Amino acid sequence: MSRFFHDTVVLAERNLVRLPRMPDLLIGFTIQPVMFVLLFAFVFGGAISTPGFDYVDFLIPGIIVQNTAFGGFVTALGLADDLTKGLIDRFRSLPTSRASVLAGRTAADIVTNTLSIAILVITGLIIGFSFGTGALDIIAGFALMILFGYAFSWIFALIGMSVSSPEAANGIGFTLIFPITFISSAFVPVDSMPAGLQWFAEINPITIVVDAMRALWLGVPAGNNVWGAVVWCLVLIAIFAPLAVHRYRRIAGG
Amino acid sequence: MSETETSGTAISARGLVKSFGDVRALDGVDFEARRGTVLGVLGPNGAGKTTAVRVLTTLLKADSGEASVAGLDVVEDAPELRSQIGLAGQYAAVDENLTGIENLVMVGRLYGMRRSDARGRADELLERFGLSDAGERIVKTYSGGMRRRLDLAAALVAKPPVVFLDEPTTGLDPRSRLDLWETIESLVADGTTVLLTTQYLDEADRLADRIVVIDLGRVIAEGTSEELKERVGGIRVEVHLTDESSAPAAADALAPMSTEEPAVDGDRVSVRVESETGRIMEAARRLDGAGVDADDVAIRRPTLDDVFLTLTGRELSAEESGGEADREEVPA
Repeated sequence: MSRFFHDTVVLAERNLVRLPRMPDLLIGFTIQPVMFVLLFAFVFGGAISTPGFDYVDFLIPGIIVQNTAFGGFVTALGLADDLTKGLIDRFRSLPTSRASVLAGRTAADIVTNTLSIAILVITGLIIGFSFGTGALDIIAGFALMILFGYAFSWIFALIGMSVSSPEAANGIGFTLIFPITFISSAFVPVDSMPAGLQWFAEINPITIVVDAMRALWLGVPAGNNVWGAVVWCLVLIAIFAPLAVHRYRRIAGG
Repeated sequence: MSETETSGTAISARGLVKSFGDVRALDGVDFEARRGTVLGVLGPNGAGKTTAVRVLTTLLKADSGEASVAGLDVVEDAPELRSQIGLAGQYAAVDENLTGIENLVMVGRLYGMRRSDARGRADELLERFGLSDAGERIVKTYSGGMRRRLDLAAALVAKPPVVFLDEPTTGLDPRSRLDLWETIESLVADGTTVLLTTQYLDEADRLADRIVVIDLGRVIAEGTSEELKERVGGIRVEVHLTDESSAPAAADALAPMSTEEPAVDGDRVSVRVESETGRIMEAARRLDGAGVDADDVAIRRPTLDDVFLTLTGRELSAEESGGEADREEVPA
């Protein structure tokens, strides 16, 4: 077991060291989210009515959830790339704990997601976002986002190993995650949507997570949303981590 | 197999079979490499070379058959076996976004070495492979030959007793190929057992103690390089005549050079010789003495194509060979 942690740390470190050398990727979780925040806040902000909130306060938890859902794309790209380039074979030929390749990959996402979330919060604070709760709730919100991002990393891990190229991983990831994050309470109040979309948005787990974030950061009454969001993240990990590991064993031919 | 034989055997494959769908990539492969020797696995694209390497390095499970490396079974003892092997492949599996040093340190740590030990070993290998100056550079900036050398260095980080090199020089320019050959030779001098796959007879000839030729997932010939060349007619002096009608005279003139009859094929006459040295001059002198004009006199060394033509009766162009798909088109 200690071997597993050791190897996971070595591989997570590798994933992080190489990151600053891929500027195009770095833009994906630094500048791009900032751009989205600014676009939404200033282009749509005036047109979207969010009774009881400033739009910026409404927006920031929602856009952080969307951005964090996307955070794992680095895992999909990285794994697809490692497979095509033969790195996975190299790792598998070493006396390395086999689960550590995926664990090291998703663990690196925790670091990049944290960075990305911090950038978004700072951007939000600059353009007028303010927390409406105490320190513990704010920290709980950060923790929930990191757990949520980690769950999505496993979904992306499965995608990364199920496609033929890094480009395809990117395409599938975006096609999947854009609709489920947009048809939720992330950007607009759900009751402003047409009936069919409203139905989907209400059962959409993203809505549960966004509402949980608003509860933790804005002080909106939470209902069961916070625990619902935590359970939902754990369920995702429980489903997708074993699927990804299984897929890894299969494609690797072992 | 007796105890003494086992102790001298570093790599052993017995009746390996592996199918991918309808294609039998390995169709009952047997071979063995003795400790401290180089085994060349020679064959065209799609012959099953890489599949065999993947089975022996625990990356792939065979459908049937047995294999062991360094006395360890590839299935039962896989985790332990992995600490005894190094693998370098034709795809140069190094992380191109890490520096040379970072790549080697990472691999060392994954073998279970301490960071400082891995760093020391990395410096040592970079020095040995002529990459010291490039160690701090990101691999993306490396040439193809440098990447292969780094890949090979990565395979040697843990000083494994058995090293697998899957087509180490495919796609390299002649200069880098020679460099890599020299590196591999120095490796063998250290007592490492090497399994080398290649499409090139000259590469196997230069590096391997024994060669197995595989085709369509089967071993079709085995022996030393000399024995294989013997089977395909050895080294020949080939003469391209100016006038086809002088072929009988040329054959008579060249006959004393060999114990075998010269072969005549249109305006080409060739004769088997034991060694290359001085043979072109001798042939030219003899033809001149017999008053026969020739456009070209050359030494012809056997190639993988000759080995194939002789062993399988079919022509082979390694570059154009369609790999596994050949199987359906070529009668066995």
